[in-house]
Amino acid sequence: MLHDFTSQFWANTVDGLTVGSIYALVALGYTMVYGVLRLINFAHSEIFMIGTFGGLTLIQVVGFDGGPYGGFALVGILVACLAASMLASGGAAVVLERVAYRPLRKKGASRLAALISAIGASLFLQELFATVVIPKFFGDGRGRDPIHVPDLLEKKVLFSIGSGEVRNDKLLIFVAAIVMMVILNRFVNGSKLGRGIRATAQDPETAVLLGVNIDRVVVVTFLVGGLMAGAAGFFFALLYQQTMFNIGFILGIKAFTAAVLGGIGNLRGALVGGFTLGLIENYGGSIFGSEWKDVIAFTLLVVILLFRPTGILGESLQQARA
Amino acid sequence: MSDNVNTSKNESAGAWERARTGYGRAVGGLRDRWDTAAWWQRWIVYVLLIVGALFLPYEGLAPVMSPESNWQTILFYPIGVYVLLALGLNVVIGYAGMLDLGYVAFWAIGAYTMATMSTKYEWGFWELLPLGILMAAVSGVILGAPTLRLRGDYLAIVTLGFGEIVRKVAENSEWLGGTRGIDHIPHPPSREGVWFAGTEIFTYKIRDARPYYILLVGLIVLVIVFSKRLEFSRIGRAWSAIREDEDAAEIMGVPTFKFKLLSFAIGAAIGGSAGVVFASKASYVAPANFPFLLSATILAAVVLGGAGNIPGVIAGAFLVAWLPERFRVVTEYRDLAFGGILVLMMIVRPEGLIPSRQRKAEMEEGSGGLGSMGAEVAGPGTSAGAEVGSK
Repeated sequence: MLHDFTSQFWANTVDGLTVGSIYALVALGYTMVYGVLRLINFAHSEIFMIGTFGGLTLIQVVGFDGGPYGGFALVGILVACLAASMLASGGAAVVLERVAYRPLRKKGASRLAALISAIGASLFLQELFATVVIPKFFGDGRGRDPIHVPDLLEKKVLFSIGSGEVRNDKLLIFVAAIVMMVILNRFVNGSKLGRGIRATAQDPETAVLLGVNIDRVVVVTFLVGGLMAGAAGFFFALLYQQTMFNIGFILGIKAFTAAVLGGIGNLRGALVGGFTLGLIENYGGSIFGSEWKDVIAFTLLVVILLFRPTGILGESLQQARA
Repeated sequence: MSDNVNTSKNESAGAWERARTGYGRAVGGLRDRWDTAAWWQRWIVYVLLIVGALFLPYEGLAPVMSPESNWQTILFYPIGVYVLLALGLNVVIGYAGMLDLGYVAFWAIGAYTMATMSTKYEWGFWELLPLGILMAAVSGVILGAPTLRLRGDYLAIVTLGFGEIVRKVAENSEWLGGTRGIDHIPHPPSREGVWFAGTEIFTYKIRDARPYYILLVGLIVLVIVFSKRLEFSRIGRAWSAIREDEDAAEIMGVPTFKFKLLSFAIGAAIGGSAGVVFASKASYVAPANFPFLLSATILAAVVLGGAGNIPGVIAGAFLVAWLPERFRVVTEYRDLAFGGILVLMMIVRPEGLIPSRQRKAEMEEGSGGLGSMGAEVAGPGTSAGAEVGSK
């Protein structure tokens, strides 16, 4: 057990950081929506799932599956698929906000009602893909089977650190996640809309009085969270080359765990939490066996809530400034 | 073009509105009648309902109620089990206003208690029923203690994770049978020769589902009496105070954490009891019996019927369990419909089909569980503005 841990340490570090990048990108959506609305957006995991299908749609429509590609063609295709995934998820997130949350917000419904609506939307989207979308467009009539995503990128090892082999796709995911994080951080801290988001998170009533358009802030929050989840979905498909109607379910809980771990409402906390969770899960998996990874992640959630409920970096969107 | 769409929309909205108020008035009228009824009139209704439930497995109903599957079997599972589970979840959602998304885990804990203890240590059903209830309640406390101290909404995601943990542990551990599960679980001990409505009601065998159904009816009646007594006790009043405004309840001296934990444990215990009975009837349990979807289904049942109101919850659970069995066509789209129902109910009629009066009023003013959302803009007729920003 411990021997596995030491001998596989670097391999697990690489894997942990890769999967942690995906958790972090999804966690951003949870953290932003929670910061602004104090709502756990359960359907966010399905927004991620839609992202995995976004890139796949483009691949199918244009017919990229002759790959693996190289050079500029590869860069172009990757960027196009990433954009397709982000657009699909971002669009879905905006529609979700309109349909499932805004009517409740306008009525001043309780948070219990909003949570139930969220879980309903999550179930609805999952089943919509399992019964209608996937059988029709992706998987020869079988909606509940895993769907293969064609290999766009020839995966090769770039260099090694100890036992850890750094593959090109893993490095790409890690770097892209950090770059997106930096851009998002600048957006929230530097732009006018970002200021609106922080103001609303801090004190919605005063924000309204000062002329912040709360409806727009909420839509932008959902859109940004959706875009990030879409990117995560694309990277997930690139890494594992498959997707499924309920792929977001477990990943969603884990991403939420990452958000709580880093401090919910805190943007950089989502990144720290994602990496931490990815690492702990992989190290723990090498000690106890990889079938216990999920159990380790969810137990971690309970343990954080016991000992440090505000997370590693502390919570609050409004304080997450430079 | 848009004009046409709008007018037709308005007309249908008008009809819809009329239907809605008409239905609301009918339910309200029935309730007024009930509220003013004398005690003996109520008792007649209670007795009639219980007798009616006992005669429900009657063969003559089968062609109407379920032409395609065995009526007596589906009366036990899913219908009876769903009703019991929904009553248990109602204590958590309806009374204390918290969201438990891993409720099926407690059902699983009850079922696995029955399965392991009876096959490995040869304990009997009647010893294991209290043990299963205890195990579920204790795991509820273990799970609730760290989470309930914080915000209520964290409970939702933690329970979601917990449901998965329980399933994964059952899948990964050899002692619990792994993915194959555990079979040859003994039935409850029989007592021959007690006849009722053409069946020996205490003879627990593999074929006849009726004795198990009657056992379940007994449990359901007990749970209903228990819930009713709780609802109007000091505990029940504390729960509704927590539901409506937790901070205010705490300030007024209600130990909110203790009462939230109590409701969570009671809900878990009821789920555990359903698990024990289910395992003894099915004589086989496997992790695949306890998917997250089932938690969502029970949630849909409670919300559809009317959280916090026992007749509503029973009606909701019955509909959710029975409709897919009756109309096999919809099975494929069943969960899609449940998801849609949850969203739609929250927007159109958050109090459910047969709500309790108090609950309805709460839902209208936006209390009714976990406080209000952030970023609320007070619209006409709401006074939500003052509550914005409270955690």
